[in-house]
Amino acid sequence: MRNAINCDIKIKHLTRVEGHGNIRILIKDGQVKKASWDVVETPRFFEAILVGKQWENAPVLCGRICGICSIGHTLASIRATEKAFGMVPSMQTERLRLLLKHMETLQSHILHLYFLIAPDFLGADSAIELIKTHTEEIQRAARLKLLANDGGDLVGGRRLHPIRTVVGGFTMLPDRRKLATLRQRLYAALPDLNKTADLFGSFTIPDFFRETEFVSLQANGSYPFIGGQLMSSDGVVKEEEDYLAMTNEYMVDHSTSKWSKLSRKSMAVGALARVNNNFTALHPSAREIAGQLGLQPISYNPFMNNFAQLVECVHVVQDSILLIDELLGSDWQESRQQVIPIAGHGTGAVEVPRGILYHWYQFDGDGRITKADCVIPTSQNNGNIHHDIKAMVQELADQGKTDHEIRLLAEMLVRAYDPCISCSVH
Amino acid sequence: MQKIRTYLGIEIKYPKTAFFELSSCEGCQLQILNKEATLLNFLDLVEIVNFREVMSNRSNDYEIAFVEGSVTRADEVTQLLEIRQQAKTLVALGSCACFGGVNQLKNRFQNLEWVKKEVYGNHPIETQEVRPLSDFVTVDFSIYGCPVKKEEVEEIVTNLVLGKSIEHPRYPVCMECTANGNICLFNLGEPCLGPVTRAGCDAWCPNNRMGCWGCRGPADDANLRQLQKIMDDHNIPRQAMFDRLECFGGFTSAMKEMDR
Ligand code: SF4
Ligand code: SF4
Ligand code: SF4
Repeated sequence: MRNAINCDIKIKHLTRVEGHGNIRILIKDGQVKKASWDVVETPRFFEAILVGKQWENAPVLCGRICGICSIGHTLASIRATEKAFGMVPSMQTERLRLLLKHMETLQSHILHLYFLIAPDFLGADSAIELIKTHTEEIQRAARLKLLANDGGDLVGGRRLHPIRTVVGGFTMLPDRRKLATLRQRLYAALPDLNKTADLFGSFTIPDFFRETEFVSLQANGSYPFIGGQLMSSDGVVKEEEDYLAMTNEYMVDHSTSKWSKLSRKSMAVGALARVNNNFTALHPSAREIAGQLGLQPISYNPFMNNFAQLVECVHVVQDSILLIDELLGSDWQESRQQVIPIAGHGTGAVEVPRGILYHWYQFDGDGRITKADCVIPTSQNNGNIHHDIKAMVQELADQGKTDHEIRLLAEMLVRAYDPCISCSVH
Repeated sequence: MQKIRTYLGIEIKYPKTAFFELSSCEGCQLQILNKEATLLNFLDLVEIVNFREVMSNRSNDYEIAFVEGSVTRADEVTQLLEIRQQAKTLVALGSCACFGGVNQLKNRFQNLEWVKKEVYGNHPIETQEVRPLSDFVTVDFSIYGCPVKKEEVEEIVTNLVLGKSIEHPRYPVCMECTANGNICLFNLGEPCLGPVTRAGCDAWCPNNRMGCWGCRGPADDANLRQLQKIMDDHNIPRQAMFDRLECFGGFTSAMKEMDR
């Protein structure tokens, strides 16, 4: 019998994640006394900032909740506003928004996989170190990211904090020739994604499972990213407007971010939740990559989230090619509809890289915001991260792992969720 | 690009550089990572010793500190003072750091308790009035923008490393916009802060047919009364102008002289 382990781990401001969070683990005589995930980010009070602002400010301000998913926030903000005003976007606008959304998904997942996750598996401190040891891989990552960012520039006018996306549509439409070039580049990126799958497939991901409830948008013909019904893997289905019944936010003492739960003590959102809930709606080649990586729904291993992100990269690249074909297959229509504000409220649910995001606004008759609510993916995941750490650390303690191993695996677990902390506090 | 600089045959070390963030969206740091094409060259120019978002090892031995974000809590003041003590050069990165950014819109509510309650209900939460870095420490250089423009960051960093001086354009965004041959948005009936905002972004927004929101703060000699007249002449609601002027915090003091 091994000696029962003791360890006391305090990680202040975990690195290679967006925002500020701490991990605290205390094990005495092999028993986990404490294992917690604490968000200490400073709040910025966006929901209060919006009060009194005219509708056109909402997407400009809310995009600034998060630099990485600014496109998603902008689109959720626009959707909430358009729904409140009873507007329905044109098919062309919907396609362009989805294409823009795909560029964000691709750039964010690639950044996470190569720059934040790969160093753990390759035994490096950072991607900067990998530039020397894994030049080819880092160049591949840079190529894929550049492609996604160029696509963001082309459709949104700017890769982060997009400019052209407004309530009613777009201020300007992309150049058709440049769209055709983007299509070619997307097509040419597929081999890079296959190589990425080979690389990640060669990593052994930790063998840890904990059953939980996965929440996402529900597929309605296609793999969902913008709007529609909400679902959970425990069988809950709600309308977009009823998002509060899905999120049930509450405060805990050790965190400045809110937490969420649904049918169980915690829930999970993000790439793994989406892939688990909507597997059959993925593009066939994305499903093929999933098979190659051993990702089958429903997977309860949180580390699988990294593979789910890769599967989504393949899906969004394939789907972007189809979207561009559709866009180029018809002439440009009017880019923007007129906005006529009315009193009311609206909800915009959008799947951002880290999970489902909701914006809800209430307007007075002049189009001024009287109340706002934003529910961020990472706050919905915080509870799940917390309970995963607890369960995993107990398993590791039982196996008699060292301090160092426990520390590294706890860090990797949190990183697998790709938490976006500044966003979750906003 | 040459990697090693020498002076009188002695090798000169590349400046140790650190990145920090206070309250922000981290978008300005992301802009630096978004420089795929030139990122690798950029990383050759300085030695990055602290960049929590991308690397695990952290060192407190640095010469240049880039600080993103605004100050909104007491612990951030302490952190900022520590950074100032260590860094030879402190650079404010982005409009949050330079002016308070969108975060400072919270300051327009007199009642901070209401703000807290609106978001957190009765749960206790610590926050204070949002302030730019320069309210607490000397800032050596400011890089404006929400987000910063990566070409500009690159140029400024190169100049910093080479010890050259850094000058911002004194003229407004309109100059760049006109040079780019854009249709003026006022002629399309839309508001724009181009006449009063400091150039340097190459008229990013008007190039995309969106009026400028003033994220880079006022140009030298910005004349807000004249702006008000242009807005009035084009029947733009005053509210639309004030929303833009107060958005990023750059015009806070200039706006005090205007009548609402
Ligand atoms: S200035 Fe803008 S982009 Fe930069 S950190 Fe602040 S909100 Fe984000
Ligand atoms: S669009 Fe704006 S920046 Fe361009 S010329 Fe007109 S006022 Fe100036
Ligand atoms: S045009 Fe105005 S709002 Fe847009 S980036 Fe330039 S200064 Fe900022």
